[in-house]
Amino acid sequence: MGNFLGSMPGAVAQGLIWGIMAVGVYITFRILDIADLTVDGSVCTGAAVCAVLVINGVNVWVAMLAALAAGIVAGCVTWFFHVVLGIPAILAGILTQLMLWSANLKIMGGANVAVSARQFEGIVFTQMDVGGSLIWLAVTAAVIIGALYLFFGTEIGCAIRATGCNGVMSRAQGINTNVMKLLGLALSNGIVALAGAVLCQYQGFSDINMGKGAIVTGLASVIIGEAVVRKIGKNFALKLAGVFAGSVIYWIVYQTVVFLKLDTDLLKMLSALLVALFLGVPYLKKQLGMKSSRGGAANGK
Amino acid sequence: MENKVMLQLTGIVKKFNAGTVNEKVALNGLDLTLHEGDFVTVIGGNGAGKSTMLNAISGAWRVDGGTVVLDGQDITSLPEYKRSIFLGRVFQDPMMGTAADMQIEENLALASRRGKRKTLASGIRKAERAGYREMLSELGLGLEDRLSVKVGTLSGGQRQALTLLMAAMREPKLLLLDEHTAALDPKTAAKVLEITDRIINERKLTALMITHNMKDAIAHGNRLIMMHEGRIIIDVCGEEKQKLTVEDLLGMFSKAAGGEFSNDRAILS
Ligand SMILES: Nc1ncnc2c1ncn2[C@@H]1O[C@H](COP(=O)(O)OP(=O)(O)OP(=O)(O)O)[C@@H](O)[C@H]1O
Ligand SMILES: [Mg+2]
Repeated sequence: MGNFLGSMPGAVAQGLIWGIMAVGVYITFRILDIADLTVDGSVCTGAAVCAVLVINGVNVWVAMLAALAAGIVAGCVTWFFHVVLGIPAILAGILTQLMLWSANLKIMGGANVAVSARQFEGIVFTQMDVGGSLIWLAVTAAVIIGALYLFFGTEIGCAIRATGCNGVMSRAQGINTNVMKLLGLALSNGIVALAGAVLCQYQGFSDINMGKGAIVTGLASVIIGEAVVRKIGKNFALKLAGVFAGSVIYWIVYQTVVFLKLDTDLLKMLSALLVALFLGVPYLKKQLGMKSSRGGAANGK
Repeated sequence: MENKVMLQLTGIVKKFNAGTVNEKVALNGLDLTLHEGDFVTVIGGNGAGKSTMLNAISGAWRVDGGTVVLDGQDITSLPEYKRSIFLGRVFQDPMMGTAADMQIEENLALASRRGKRKTLASGIRKAERAGYREMLSELGLGLEDRLSVKVGTLSGGQRQALTLLMAAMREPKLLLLDEHTAALDPKTAAKVLEITDRIINERKLTALMITHNMKDAIAHGNRLIMMHEGRIIIDVCGEEKQKLTVEDLLGMFSKAAGGEFSNDRAILS
């Protein structure tokens, strides 16, 4: 049992790191109303850029900023495919994701790069000091929540939200919806890449496979988080905090599965089913509701 | 003295599915001139091209021919979001004109910034709220105490009234109403029409209002046009319009459309 409890801080740390990524997913999925699959690639892009810069002697914070910028570029590419070339958003994301696979291999010069905190000074987040990392992660999460809360309350932020909510209305209100989509996709992928940069420090390496299924993990966190905070309130900052909470819960469940020696290979299957279930239930409810109201109208006649 | 020309449509052509078997000429050399302060009701059968005319003005797509001149400025090739600066629009679908996931006050704040450069300034300032509350209370729908409610929870009539308010907020050069009461129950529709009349008269707006209800088309506005096959076939204004009856209109239509009327029952309401 001690072993299990001992693994909890690590699970929370993983949860917070992936929570940063999930916030990126929240921006596209919940605010822009786009399921952006770019993230499966941009997690690793962030990690690769950060790792390569750090082993080349660049300051860790600068490396993280560079990772953020790389993610922003990835988001812009998806925007170009989707908005300029008119490719459906899902496919646009998949195309960028595939391009990033090659790009990530080129950046790393191979399938992985090690950045051990033992070797490189200044690494902020590391498994070797979970307690210290947790403090930094909490600060990072708070800064991200605060910054996004303020940003989405500005005129530009409101215009992005309106664009995701109703494009026709937004254009009728003079909003350039193409530009707002660009800002949203860039911001989202920037944050996702930042999560990758944090993750590569924490685990001590960057790996070509590290973003695989990130979109599903992210969606699961978003959904769990929404379920958790729904009862508490509707404040936007609270919703973002909920995404972090959702991610932490996800990783605690993961740790539990590991501890119980259950098959962790099944975890991706379970997350996908969880996401399918939560996304499907509202639809089915509506379908059933429509049927019964149609029945009601017929009875009325 | 004639008021100045506010809108000039010249030879507007719009084809859908050009070059295919489904080619449809929705607007066929349409000409229309509106003067400042004109409140024009638009009628016509299904598929006559009424909505397409409004879309040509608002810029949902490029027209295939002709020019759109608004208050002296050629806006034919201006993108939709830029034209919106001069236009107020209310749609048939009450879901269409507002952002459902945003609060009433946030929707109003967006509308009050129409055409202004978006910055990192706050999306809504505290001082704006009093003004919004007053505007909403004039609607008489009890929305003034619900500023921070999500628009998605409002009824269709409330949403249309709110959309009207948003459309009129920045003194548009032209108000475009596309059957904006068609999805509402008769009582709510009458209420929204009354609000429409009031807003247009108070602010002396120029407006185009599509309706399927001929009585409404006669009762509202100072001018009435009827469309058929992508053109305007009837255009009456002033006293002549006020004296119109539904029977007159039907008679004029069957004459102008060349006896096709029996097939065009949709025009009856
Ligand atoms: N996006 C589109 N693609 C293809 N055809 C279209 C499109 N929009 C309109 N049309 C066609 O153009 C013609 C004119 O349509 P429009 O919507 O302007 O008619 P309307 O007068 O508004 O009719 P209603 O009273 O039914 O609203 C119709 O034949 C319609 O099918
Ligand atoms: Mg129409």
